[in-house]
Formats: sequence, structure tokens, C-alpha cells
Amino acid sequence: MKIHEYQGKQLFRDAGIRVPDSIVARTPDDAAQAFGQLGGDIAVVKAQVHAGGRGKGTFVEHPQQRGVQLVRSAEEAAEVAGRMLGNHLVTVQTGPEGAVVRQVLVEAGCDIDRELYLGVVLDRARAMPVLMVSSEGGVEIEKVAEETPEKIYREHFHPAVGLHSFQIRKLCKKLGVTGSTARDADQFMKRLCQLYADLDCSLVEINPLVITKSGEMIALDAKINFDDNALFRHPDLKELQDLSEEEPAEVRAAQAGLSYVKLDGNIGCLVNGAGLAMATMDIIKFYGGQPANFLDVGGGATTEQVVEAFHIILSDPNVKAILVNIFGGIARCTTIAKAIIEASQQVGIKVPLVVRLEGTEVEEGKKMLEESGLPMITASDLADAARKVVEVAQQAT
Amino acid sequence: MSILVNKETRVITQGITGSAGTFHTKGCAEYGTKMVGGVTPGKGGQTCCDLPVFDTVEEAVQHTGANASMIFVPPPFAADAILEAIDAGIQVIAAITEGIPVLDMVEVYRQARASGCTLIGPNCPGIITPGECKIGIMPGYIHQPGKVGIISRSGTLTYEAVWQTTKAGLGQSTCVGLGGDPIVGTSYIDLLRLFEEDPQTEVVLMIGEIGGTAEEEAAEFAKQNFSKPLAAFIAGATAPPGKRMGHAGAIISGGKGTAAEKKAALQAAGVVIAETPADMGQAVQRALAKTA
Repeated sequence: MKIHEYQGKQLFRDAGIRVPDSIVARTPDDAAQAFGQLGGDIAVVKAQVHAGGRGKGTFVEHPQQRGVQLVRSAEEAAEVAGRMLGNHLVTVQTGPEGAVVRQVLVEAGCDIDRELYLGVVLDRARAMPVLMVSSEGGVEIEKVAEETPEKIYREHFHPAVGLHSFQIRKLCKKLGVTGSTARDADQFMKRLCQLYADLDCSLVEINPLVITKSGEMIALDAKINFDDNALFRHPDLKELQDLSEEEPAEVRAAQAGLSYVKLDGNIGCLVNGAGLAMATMDIIKFYGGQPANFLDVGGGATTEQVVEAFHIILSDPNVKAILVNIFGGIARCTTIAKAIIEASQQVGIKVPLVVRLEGTEVEEGKKMLEESGLPMITASDLADAARKVVEVAQQAT
Repeated sequence: MSILVNKETRVITQGITGSAGTFHTKGCAEYGTKMVGGVTPGKGGQTCCDLPVFDTVEEAVQHTGANASMIFVPPPFAADAILEAIDAGIQVIAAITEGIPVLDMVEVYRQARASGCTLIGPNCPGIITPGECKIGIMPGYIHQPGKVGIISRSGTLTYEAVWQTTKAGLGQSTCVGLGGDPIVGTSYIDLLRLFEEDPQTEVVLMIGEIGGTAEEEAAEFAKQNFSKPLAAFIAGATAPPGKRMGHAGAIISGGKGTAAEKKAALQAAGVVIAETPADMGQAVQRALAKTA
């Protein structure tokens, strides 16, 4: 789960991690007022969307407007907020349609001496969280990792123990951070790693992490992602979820216990198991088609879930054909067959349907489908199924 | 021969009285697995699936001589259950549970490694030596004793591979589902080591997916340390970056973990690549033919 920058900064504040003063605004008037309240000569207005790359992003409605802008008066804050709010910000991470900005963060400016990068993620190869820092702040860390990997420094830590002071001293030495800032860094980095562990984060990223002219370490940005599997023990964090940032069909799928990701193609996929679902998308593409989605109905899929899955797939107007690929293990082919029949009665499946069933109770499942008299194309194996669905999708367009 | 489990393996189920635990304990017993008991805290002394239920794994081991455990404990308590199995000296632990918080697994992983047991999963279908021992949720009938060792990060995609190798008349020595989570107990490399030593295994099929670098590490290892033919399939060539594809571990982040990178690393190590998921059985045959 992702949250907004302003929410992340509040979590930082609560954990004693220094951030600039800031106020959330949902109207231009609020933004003007916020500027006054912050009381400085300058402030920064920052569009709040989950996607990264906001500083370089532009608005569909105002191509000159970037997602982050320095302002020097309350009027200017209102103008900039007016160009952002309700409009679509396109960044490298949003896709061409952009993300709607529903709130902006008006933040006090600060005297920047140095910009660093700091991130905490899980190092899968070591099975441990790792704190990464770099002297190259403010730029894309992926780029740094590719071009100058020697400028990224790492220290691993056990979530139950946290980061040790000597590890922070090592990092500071490499970054050239000294004196009172190094002492500041000890507390700052320890608290950050603690927050990562306490809140079951999957990512905490500060880019840039700023050292001010007075030598303080301060988080100018806050990007936090949480481990979805751990949200059950953080009901308060779950409240922070902004469903308007998610694809509606993906939200609906999650509520039904399905795993769905919308894609740009025209062949709807209904599969059990994540690996098989990915592989099904791959083979559709191999035969020249384009998958419209990833959809895993899971191991113990019920009839209701599969009917809902059909609803979700068919809610995508691009879908011109559907491939059902089931290898029954825990999920039984009879459950799927029953759901296909029910879904076609309830929703009416008006696009061609290719069905490939294998595994537990396959013969009974096939028989149910046959006896239903529903129009569908059956396939003998995975390759056959993919070829057939690509063919019918092409005929339909 | 086979690896890790065989007809002598004595298996308990942790979480045996839950619906999934009961259902699959029966399934494994019907397959012929030597199921010897179960554990559910607070239900010791009861009987489930005609097997004795114990309060702790320690007791279960004392009374049944169990040396393997299949875990169906719900996610909030699963890490603790795995630690209990390690503590009791269980040698092969298959954690089927899906949805364990990843940070819980940091300590579990360390303890499993330190104790020398084999932890399979979590979030995996389990392990099966066809005709001898099934510990997990896979449909037994698609398997057939034979010569292919299968290592996979996926569940149903493994069934697809098993089915293709069965239909091709090759059969399987042992099939292991590594699990779809970011931290899992066993790596491709751990199993390649075991398959290298197993005379029944003539060829190994690896089924990978996007995310992480486990396949690349396996490729590097295989170059020097694995003498048998190897085939592989990587799922997720068409997955967009930044989107979690069902499995918590299946996500391309920071441009890393793409299918193309993994395939290139495997090919460079001489591994035969299945171009599509329908080609896995044939890829195994091509790998065998290459070295014959």
C-alpha cells in the first residue's frame, strides 16, 4: 500500500524525524492561507499524488505547470494550487492520462546546503532490510545505481535490533558528513530504520534528504510503502489508504479477494495462481495478442469470486475476448465451470470465451460446460488456448 | 532416490484442525504420505483425520518421531509456528501459508539457516516425491515417478510443468515449490546442490518469475557447480514495472528483476529456455538431448 507525501511526513513527525513545516490544502484559498500561516518569504507547493517524478511532471490542462513549484506570495500559492487541483499530473510513473491532484502540500522553504538520498528497502538476496544512502540526492536513484553504483552506500540491519551507531558513522564518513550533522544523523537514521520496522514498511525513501546551512538533517520528501500482508496489525495505517489513487477495478478485485492488474490489451484473462496468470499473459503476447489484465482468482476460489472476476474483466470496454485458464489444484474445475455458467446468466458474456481446464475434477467440469449449451471455444492445452483466443480477438477488432 | 522427502518421511501438520489443514492432511494421507499427527495449540489430546493432535511440536515429535511438518497456520501466527518447528528439530518444513508479513520472515530465515533444517516456502505448494511422499497442496495424480527435478517459485505453473513432463513420459524425481514471497527459506542453489547428488535426477527444470535476483544467482552457481542438463522458464515477460503480480515477490522495481535479464543470465550459463509456458516439457527434452 502506498500513501501520500503529506501522510508520510506526519508519520515522520510522530517518530521524531525532522521534516519542514507544511500544511495540506484542498482549495486555492486554503493554499494562500497556508502560505501566510507558514510565515516565510517563500514556500513550495507540491502536488499530492502517489506517483514519483512530480518535479519534472507536467499537467495535461497546463503544460507549463510542474508538479512541484516554489512560490513567493500567498497569491502565487493560490494561483499555482489552482492550476494543480482537480487537474491531471503526468509523470514518468503515471502513464499518459496522468493522476488527478486532489490536494497540494504547501511547505516552508529551507536553506539547502547539500542534497543526499536515503532509502530503506528489503534486500531479498540477504533476507534483511538495508539502509541505502547516496551523496547524489535529488536525482533518480535508479540512474545513480546504473551509472555510478559506487556512490551508493549500504548497511543492513535486523528489524528487531535496528541500526547500530558504528554503521551510521561509517555512512557519514563516506558521505563526508561531519560534526553536529553526524550526531544528528545518528538519531535521524536510527529513528528511520525503527519506523521501517515498526510500521512494516516495504519502502521508506527520502529524496532529497537535505542538510541545511545550519547543519541540520531534514526530510524534504517522504515516500512510504507498506507491506500489504502486515496491514492486519496496523489498522490505523489502513485508514491512510487513498482509494481514489487506485484503479477502480483493482480496488473492487481486492475487496473480492482477487488479485487484478489492469493492462492495455484486449484479451481478458482469468487464471488461478499468480505464476500461471503471468505465464498466460506471456503466451498470449507470444502468439501476437495483448492481454487486457492480470487476474489471479487464487487457490481456493469460490463460485462467487469467479463470477465477480467475470464482472471485473467485462467492466473493461477494451476486452474483445476472454481466456479462462485453470489448472485445478485446490481450486476445482467444477467450481470454475459452475461460475462460468452463472456469470453468463448474470452478466451475459457477449465476447468470445476460450476455456482451458485441467486438473482436479476436470472431466466433471468439462461436462458441466458442455451440457450448459453456452457458446464457448474449448482448448486442449495452453498453447492451443492462446492461439484460439488471439485469433478470435483479432476477428472481433 | 529423490531429495529431502521419501516414503520413510514422517509428517505432521501444524494447523491440522483448520479447514485447509484438515483437507490437505487427508489429501496427503490418501496419496500415501506417512502422516503421523498434527499440532493445534489448545487442542492437544483430540483426534483429527484419524491422527493424534498435540499442543506443541515438541510433544508431537516425542510421540510420533515426526521429521517433517506441513504448516497451514494463519499468517499472523505462521512465523511463530515455523520457529516452533525449527526449535523442535524438524528437518523439512513446508510452510504453505500465504500472506505472512515479510519482516516476520527475517528472523525465521536466520534461525532456519542456523539450525540446518530445510524450510520450503512460505506461500508455496509444498514438496512432492512422486509415488512416495506429498507434503503440500498439489494435485497428486498429475505426477509420475521419473527423472526430472523441478524447482519453482509458482504453484499452478508448477502443475503445468509437472503435467507436461508427465505427458512426455519423463516423470519427476522431486518437485519443490520455493514460494512466491520476497523471503523464502530455500533457494534454487540449495536444491541444485541436492539434485546434483541425487542419482534419480537426470535433468532439472527451474520455473522462475519476475522480481528479485534468485534466478540470476542460480545461473551463476550452475555454471561452475551443476553438471546435469538444466531447463528454465521465467514468467512475467509482459508484466509492467512497479506492479505486484499477485505474489508479493513478483514485482519489477528499480528496473531490476525483469524476465529478459533473468533469461539472459540463464542462457549465458547454458540453460535451455522454454520460450512459452507450453514449451516447458519440450525444453526439458531439448536439455536432455543436448547433453546426450
